[in-house]
Order: sequence, then structure tokens, then C-alpha cells
Amino acid sequence: MSHDDHSEKLPFWRKYIFSLDHKVIGVQYAVTGLLFLLFGFSLMMLIRWQLAYPGKPMPFLGQFFHPKTMIGGIMLPEFYNQLGAMHGTIMVFLGVVPLAVGGFGNYVVPLQIGAPDMAFPKLNMMSYWSYFLGGVVMFSSFFLPEGSAQSGWTSYAPLSVIASSGQTWWLFGMVLLITSSLLGSANFITTIVQLRADGLSFFRLPFFVWAQFVTSFLLLLAFPPLEAAGVLQLMDRLAGTSFFLPSGLVVAGRVLERSGGGNPLLWQHLFWFLAHPEVYVLILPAMGIVAEVLATNTRKPIYGYKAMVYSVIFLGFMSFIVWAHHMFLTGMGTKMSAFFQITTMIISIPSIVILTALALSLWGGSIRFNTPTLFAIAFLPMFGIGGLTGLPLGLAASDIHLHDTYYVIGHFHYVVAPGTLFALFAGVYHWYPKVTGRKMSEFLGKLHFWPSLVFINCVFMPMFLMGLAGVSRRLWDPTQYAHAQAVQPLNVFISFSAWFLGLAQIPFILNFFGSLLWGKKVDRNPWEATTLEWSALSPPPHGNFNHPPVVYRGPYEYSVPGQKHDFWPQDMKEKN
Amino acid sequence: MEKYYGWGLPIDISTQGPEIDRLIYVVHGLMAALFIGWFAYLVIALIRFRQRPGHAAVYQLNHFKAPTYIEVAVALFEVLLLVGFSFPVLNHVRNVFPDPAKALQVRIVAEQFVWNVHYPGDDGIFGKTNIHLISGTNPVGLDSSDPAAKDDIVMINQFHVPVHKPVIVQLSSKDVIHSFSIPVMRVKQDVIPGQTIPVWFEATKTGNFEIACAQLCGLGHYRMRGFFTVETEDQFHSWLNSMKPPEPAPANVPTAPAMPVASPTPASSGGVTG
Repeated sequence: MSHDDHSEKLPFWRKYIFSLDHKVIGVQYAVTGLLFLLFGFSLMMLIRWQLAYPGKPMPFLGQFFHPKTMIGGIMLPEFYNQLGAMHGTIMVFLGVVPLAVGGFGNYVVPLQIGAPDMAFPKLNMMSYWSYFLGGVVMFSSFFLPEGSAQSGWTSYAPLSVIASSGQTWWLFGMVLLITSSLLGSANFITTIVQLRADGLSFFRLPFFVWAQFVTSFLLLLAFPPLEAAGVLQLMDRLAGTSFFLPSGLVVAGRVLERSGGGNPLLWQHLFWFLAHPEVYVLILPAMGIVAEVLATNTRKPIYGYKAMVYSVIFLGFMSFIVWAHHMFLTGMGTKMSAFFQITTMIISIPSIVILTALALSLWGGSIRFNTPTLFAIAFLPMFGIGGLTGLPLGLAASDIHLHDTYYVIGHFHYVVAPGTLFALFAGVYHWYPKVTGRKMSEFLGKLHFWPSLVFINCVFMPMFLMGLAGVSRRLWDPTQYAHAQAVQPLNVFISFSAWFLGLAQIPFILNFFGSLLWGKKVDRNPWEATTLEWSALSPPPHGNFNHPPVVYRGPYEYSVPGQKHDFWPQDMKEKN
Repeated sequence: MEKYYGWGLPIDISTQGPEIDRLIYVVHGLMAALFIGWFAYLVIALIRFRQRPGHAAVYQLNHFKAPTYIEVAVALFEVLLLVGFSFPVLNHVRNVFPDPAKALQVRIVAEQFVWNVHYPGDDGIFGKTNIHLISGTNPVGLDSSDPAAKDDIVMINQFHVPVHKPVIVQLSSKDVIHSFSIPVMRVKQDVIPGQTIPVWFEATKTGNFEIACAQLCGLGHYRMRGFFTVETEDQFHSWLNSMKPPEPAPANVPTAPAMPVASPTPASSGGVTG
């Protein structure tokens, strides 16, 4: 750990651009992640025009697009596929993970464990810049002559191997993003194990730190197979190998000049071996944030803290042996699918335990309905819907009808959008005062929350009906099919809801930047919370704490009988 | 006309469909029960424990017994879903194939963005195929020098089957992964290049339906639509007869055998090893 006592005198570019301070890196990650979330969301709003009015010219906006993407405002199928692939990639790898792990993890974890910084500050900086480069590669691939990747965020071979040059950029971008995550996860694990404050035993860690700890192991263990797979796919594309190409392919009427002998399913196994744990990378930090926000704003300890910790560890282990439930229809035998169905049902148990514990934490509390709490509470039923709708997909028999339909899209978006993203918004409103020294506006916060809650449900709920009707994913023009034509009015409804959801984010953007100037100034501990980050100044100086904190108790000692105040900070020796 | 499609499950016209639908309904019943109970709890908790003057949070609460019971009940219900529904249904669909002698056998070869439907003809034997014979007029590369190929019928995007007769479809793909989906039959199976995967079904009603591609397969994924017609046995046979190739062999015969014999390309030798 390098400690620069003269940090205040560093030039601007060392202090704010190539900074080694975990807080600056955390803010860099969070802001970049938020911008990519907005960008990924905009791609989807374009897609929604095509889905609501297939083949109709896009009003106004259409004229600004290059003729290789839209002709006379009519979206071309290649551009539609690019938008689809990049929406998924950007939201997962450039938006949610950087914000949840890179942003909140970097900023909050060292503070919550009473550390002056991450264990390896230079590794931390490298992690951000590797992510940033990955983002630049992904973003700029839209401007390639043939456009960006267009084989879905899953990039299934052989389609991805024979796809246009955007796929090569996608693979390079992924290698950079994976490298970034690996550097970050090694850093988090070391930091949490080595740099905890005196007295901060593992069972006194805030649940958020536990969630980040398990998340780091998932990233560390699950990403290398995808990095290897990405390199193999690059070889298939650039060096003429056939890792994922079987023999005897005939593409567009011509025999493909390849040796063959590979297997397309190998890619799927390697991809999902990462991508299922990745789902928990997306959801665990969100659960951690919800636990922090609910404990603070119910003014009582989290219910079943230890059960939640054991559940999150178990969840981490189990997430490595459920991946093939994404592949029930690839022709696997019934014995193998039985195994993955059983593991899938088992993994639902710890998820239910955590969700139940969070819900029961409300009982007996004194709940403040401020903006972070509203988002955290909304997380519970929204993630609940996401989890429950996983059941019919996790049972291979009902999956036959629902696989690769809009039901799947509804399911995982409920987990990630009104689930994870709502929790991340809760985190932004909750920790904003710590980062900036000012509170965000409650009025704008509520103006953000309520329309978002309504419209996000209007977006994703109808997708279950479309999925039951059997409508396939990733159709440029769903009205080609009679069974999809029957639910086309739902597509129009979803699109308008999505655009209104976009409008509902304006108060957030105004609030986020406006509060930097006009937000109410706050002291160290505006929420009267107990965990260590609230003992530091707002914003914390370089090195975080004036003295290394000493921890005397667990993370959520709220409303302890016999105390004057209803919160008892972890590092307070005397009564409060 | 009967309504096939709406906001929910499409009409089911297969023998295995009711089992799958039953599971979908049972699971959704459980989901609804859990969600309603849980949501009711949430509303009560939020109202009862809202912050207000004179109300304080409670530090220690008695350990709740109910959640444990509910979690055990959910776990048991999941065991029931697996053992009572999913395993047997999947076993029936995937492992208990009808007697091939009594079933209609069809090959379907998927390509960007077409379903090539290959009927074996009267002899019940599929003619040999060779990827080097594939052309615009010979989409599956049928080798017309093979006697078994003489009566074979290859249709593009037209899949007719007789009602009340089991059908076994051998699925393969020329290029990328597709997914063979007939929503009204509750049939869906990924079609993986390099593999041949069988599926079976039996239709219970006649009518005109559609085959959809459920896996992103390229630019034309959205229009990879096949026509699926279920008709009576008589109608089916007269249709099949009307589609028979004319007696003199097709015009492309002379060029066809020459290609593979002439000079094996590197790709063709690879094709043999695979």
C-alpha cells in the first residue's frame, strides 16, 4: 500500500484521472457505468420502435442515422441485431457490473472495513483503465464499416464465427473487460481478508462486504473460462481454426473451407459457465445494498444476518453447477438435464432465504420512506417476480415451450432491471451524501421512483404473456408470425412504457448533477447509520480515517435498548 | 374459425402438449400463491411499521417460525414439481419414442433462413446426401445415383403431417444453430450443426400452423418461418403424391455425380473425418 501524504498537491491528472485512490476510482467506475447504462438503455429504446412498428420509418430520429443502419428511417435487420447484441453486452459488462462492483465495491468496501485504501491501488487503477479501454472498443465497434457485433450478447458459434468484423472487436473488448474484472476481484479478496480494521471479524462485516466478497470469488473463478473461450473464438475467426465449427458446414450454399471437427456446444458450455455465475455477480451486490439501506432505514438489525451470510456463500458455490439449465434444448440427455434441474431448484432455496430475511427485516422496524428506502423496498417484490418466473424455465419440461421466448426476457429483466438496477439506485441515493457531502433531492428522487416503478412493470410484465404465446426472442419483425401478430398490441404498449421509462430517468439525471451544487450539505452521518463508512468525513479525505478505526460490535446495532440514540456505530466504544 | 393464438398459451394440438401445459399451470399457481402471500405481508409490514411519532423500532424480535415452514414447504413443492411433473414429462418427450415402423419419418435440414423438409418417399428410406451436391435446386444435397433417393421429396418451408399419427423428425443444420419450434405442438428443439437430433410428436387436430425459429440465426432470423399443415391421412398422401418428382430424373443429374468424384477439396476430406 503506497501512501502519499502529499496527495493534495498532486496534479489534476494524477488526482482525478490516473488516480490510485479507491474513492476516485470508485467514482470513475460508477459514472462510466451510469453513462453506459444510459447508452445501453437508449439502444433498447431504438429497438422498441422497430418492435412496435416493424418496418415503419422512425419519426424524426431516423434521419440522423447512417444509411448502413437505417434507410429512410427504417431500421435494417443488421442494425437491429447489432443493437440487440450490444444492448445486452453493454448493460451487463459495461453498465451493471462496473457500477455494482467497480463503483460501489471500490468506494464502499474499504470504508466499511475501516481500510485506508484497497490493498493494491495500482492494480485498482489498471482495472478501471482496462475496463475503460474495453468500453471504448465496444462503443467504437458501432462505427466499423460492417457495424458492431450482431450475434447476440451470447455470441453463439458458428453464427458468431462467420459474422462480420464487429464480432472480432467484441471479443477484444471482452478480453479487456474480463481482465479488468479479474484484477478487481483479486484486489477485493485481498483487501477484505487483509485490511479489516481491528475487531472487525468476518461475522461483524456488513452484509454488503460479504456480498462483494463472494462476488469477487465468482468473478475470479468464472471469468477465466470465458476469457479462454473468447481467445478460441478469436482463433476460429482470425487463424482459421475450428474449435467451435463442426465438419461439413454449408453456409449460403457454399461448403465452408474449414477443417471442422469442433463443437458449437463447447462455446455454450464455456460461455454459460461464466454467464450463470455472472447473474449472481449482478444480483449479490444488489442484495448487499438493499441490506444496508433497509437496516439503516428500518432502524433495527437485519433479520437472520448469519443465515444470510451462509446463504450467500452457498449461493456462490451452487452458482457454478447450474449453468447448463440455459442449454436444456441443445439435445442433452434426460439424466444430465435432471442433474441441472435439481441444482437449479436447490439454488432457489438460499435466494429465498436471503429475500425472506430482507422482507422480515421490515417487521418491527420504524421505516423511513425516503428515496433509497423506496428503491430498496421495491427491489423485494421485483426481484421476487424475477426469481419466481425462473421456476418454469428451470424445469426442463415447461422450458420446452418457454425457452428462448419473451418469457425468458421478462424473467431475467425482472432480476436485473427492477431488481438489481433499483437496488443500485438505492445505493446511489444512500451513499451520495458520503461521496459528495450533499444529499440528493427527495422530491426529484420520488419523481424518479414512482414513474420508474410503474413503467418498468408495464415494460416487463406483458413479456410473460408474449412468452406464453410462444413469441421468439430477437425477431426484427415479430408480425411475420401469426402467433406473434396476436400479441402485437402488447409490443406497442411495451414500447410506449419503455419511452416513458426513459423520461422518468430525467429527474434522476437532474438530481445527480444538480445536487452537486444545490444539494443540502451534510455531516459525517446524515442517515444516523452504524457502519464504518459513516465515521469518516463526507467526503472522506485521502486515507479515509483520521485514526485507524477499532470495531466493537456487529454492523447493524440499531435501537439497542438502554441507549440514548437509536444507532450504535461499530467503532463507538462507549454507549451512544 | 377456431382461435389458435391469443394473449397466453396458444391452442394445443399435440398429445404431449397437455402434460407440458399442466406443469406450466401448476407452477404458475404456486408462483401466484407465493407472490400474493408475500406481497400481502409486505403491504401489512410497510403500513404497520412506518415511521411515525410514538412508534419505535424493536431491537430483538422473537425468532419467526413461519418462514422456516414456508421454505420447507416450497422446497418440498419443488421436489414434487421435479419428480411428479418435469422428470416424467421430459422422459416421455425425449426417451419414449414411437415405434419407427408406425411413425412418419422426416428429416428437416435447417439453413439460413429456410426449413428443408425431406420425406423418404414410398420406400421409407432416405436417399444418400452429400454436402457437395447442395445447390439451389437440390437444397439437401440428395445423391440421385442412390436408388433410395429416387422417390424422396424435398420441400422448402412446407411441412405436412397426417393427424393422429406419430411423427419422428431428424433435425440437422447446414450452417448455424437454429431452433425448431412449433408453438401449437409444444415442440421446441435446438438444431445444432454437426449433430442430428430426433424429436417426435403426434398431432390431434387438423389445421394450418407455423414453424418458428427460436434461436438467433442471422439477419433473416425473423422470417425463418415454415408452414406446418396437419391434415387427414388421405389428404396427406394425396399431397405427398402430388409433390413427387416427375419420373424422368431431374435436370441437374449429369452435373451432380461429377463433383465429389473429381477432386476432393480440403473441405471434403475434413467432411469425411468429422
